[in-house]
Amino acid sequence: MIKYERDNIDTDVIIPGQYLKIHDYNELASHAMEGLDPNFHTKVKEGDFILSGKNFGCGSSREHAPIALSHSGIKAVLALSFARIFYRNAVDGAFLLPIEIDENTYQRISEGDEINIDISSNEIKNITKNQTYPMKPFSEIIGKIIEAGGLFKYKPD
Amino acid sequence: MNIVEKILARASYRDKVSPDDVIFADIDKVMVHDVSGPGVIKVFDKLKKQGINVDKLWDPSKVWVAEDHFVPSAEKISAENIVKLQNFTKNYGIEKHFKYGMGQYGICHTLSHEEALVLPGEVYVGGDSHTNTTGALGAFACGLGHTDIAYVLLNGKIWFKVPETLYFKLNGKLPDHVMAKDLILKIIGDIGTDGGAYRTMQFGGSGIDEMSVESRLTLCNMTTEAGAKNGIVEPDQKVTDYLTARGANNITLVKGDSDAEYAKVYEYESSEMEPTVAKPFSPENTIVVREAPNVDLDKSYIGSCTGAKYEDLEAAAKILKGRKVKIRTEVLPAAISIYKRAMENGLLKIFLDAGVTVGPPTCGACCGAHMGVLAKDEICISTTNRNFPGRMGHVDSQTYLSSPLVAAASAVTGKITDPRDLN
Repeated sequence: MIKYERDNIDTDVIIPGQYLKIHDYNELASHAMEGLDPNFHTKVKEGDFILSGKNFGCGSSREHAPIALSHSGIKAVLALSFARIFYRNAVDGAFLLPIEIDENTYQRISEGDEINIDISSNEIKNITKNQTYPMKPFSEIIGKIIEAGGLFKYKPD
Repeated sequence: MNIVEKILARASYRDKVSPDDVIFADIDKVMVHDVSGPGVIKVFDKLKKQGINVDKLWDPSKVWVAEDHFVPSAEKISAENIVKLQNFTKNYGIEKHFKYGMGQYGICHTLSHEEALVLPGEVYVGGDSHTNTTGALGAFACGLGHTDIAYVLLNGKIWFKVPETLYFKLNGKLPDHVMAKDLILKIIGDIGTDGGAYRTMQFGGSGIDEMSVESRLTLCNMTTEAGAKNGIVEPDQKVTDYLTARGANNITLVKGDSDAEYAKVYEYESSEMEPTVAKPFSPENTIVVREAPNVDLDKSYIGSCTGAKYEDLEAAAKILKGRKVKIRTEVLPAAISIYKRAMENGLLKIFLDAGVTVGPPTCGACCGAHMGVLAKDEICISTTNRNFPGRMGHVDSQTYLSSPLVAAASAVTGKITDPRDLN
């Protein structure tokens, strides 16, 4: 778990504008979080998670943001809330899971904790601390798109 | 139903929609540019490998393409993206491709109104967050990522959750030296960068009746900075006239019902507004100019979809006429049509006489791409829309967001300056 204790982590720090011309996913990943945490790519591990505060991903519609995080190994971002386009891009492109959590969960998870997320039971298990927290269930459409594996695989009713 | 609900009900073949309904809406217009376009091409390549047919778009006549973020190309990756875009529009039969060096071109959100590409009542999506701008014409205009845009290009529709609407009632006329930019900065300062999240921000009242279409475009443009799904203004005769002058016809003015419902109503007295800036590093970090910090500016930037429409250049020229700039100042008209009018009406001469560098239409340094990005520790006043760390260049540079009047007045003094205080 990589924890950024701040609100409004914006798309300009997730992937700075100068890299928007790049469409090589691995190269984008090498610049992920560069505007906030230049050491991000050395500490992130495959299957890792980010934990942050309110309005994660605010700003641009650049899909480069969830792409850079997902190709760095990030499987899910846990945040108090998400900006709409980041949230939508993460789900429709099947890049990562945007998990909304409450303040209590935000406080109890620490940097470095090992966690598991079970979206079928809407539970987050903290293996390091042996605790379980709730996650906000996905809305019906979001749940279905995630289950399908992205918007292109989703068949509307 | 309010205007957004009416537009979305029509587009989803329903008699009525309400906030939180999930719909698939037919799309009337769609835009991609030199950042989202190559993204779409990559999605198409991936789909092709999965055996999905991407040979044809649902309707190429409803699509237009802009070259704006990285043009004119400063290096080879950008140049190759433009070639990719060019091949894409050729292969798919997209005729509306506005190419730099070939007549009219400019920032996508500026073309949408300058070329009357979107009409009132339409559902318009673009592969850029500031697509919200075009809601000022009375359309449902919403930014999407490139996977969603690829889906629209193939299917002609996309899912939306019908948003709640926040209604901003603006009373009276803005004072001289106060622009729509000051007002929207004030609003974002009040509600925060997530104050409009997932919702519509609708503007109305006598303040809107008094306001030009281009000022309304500035309001809707910055709804993105409050996290809004879209910004919208009910269209009136001014919109009809604006679009008709740019070649549109068959304009129908869709408006909300008299019993339309809004999640919340905010009221602002336009006449009490003051020149306002947003300090680094967030658009919500607002302060009136007369209380702004006494910093030494390095640069003034008058550009972008937010702050380089014709009206914006006219405002800057009013200040710069007969004066000299004290700091590096760039003016980048947001489209060739605006550039040309600025030339014909003498604005370019005013800028050049003042010492300003006039550049080509481009998103340029607004998103830290090129054309005057900021060095470490440089401080800029800018008519653009965001000032997050690194937005306009080095992560340790700083941007103050302002109106074109304030950016021009500050260019003259080298300090953040209220245009009313200029000698």
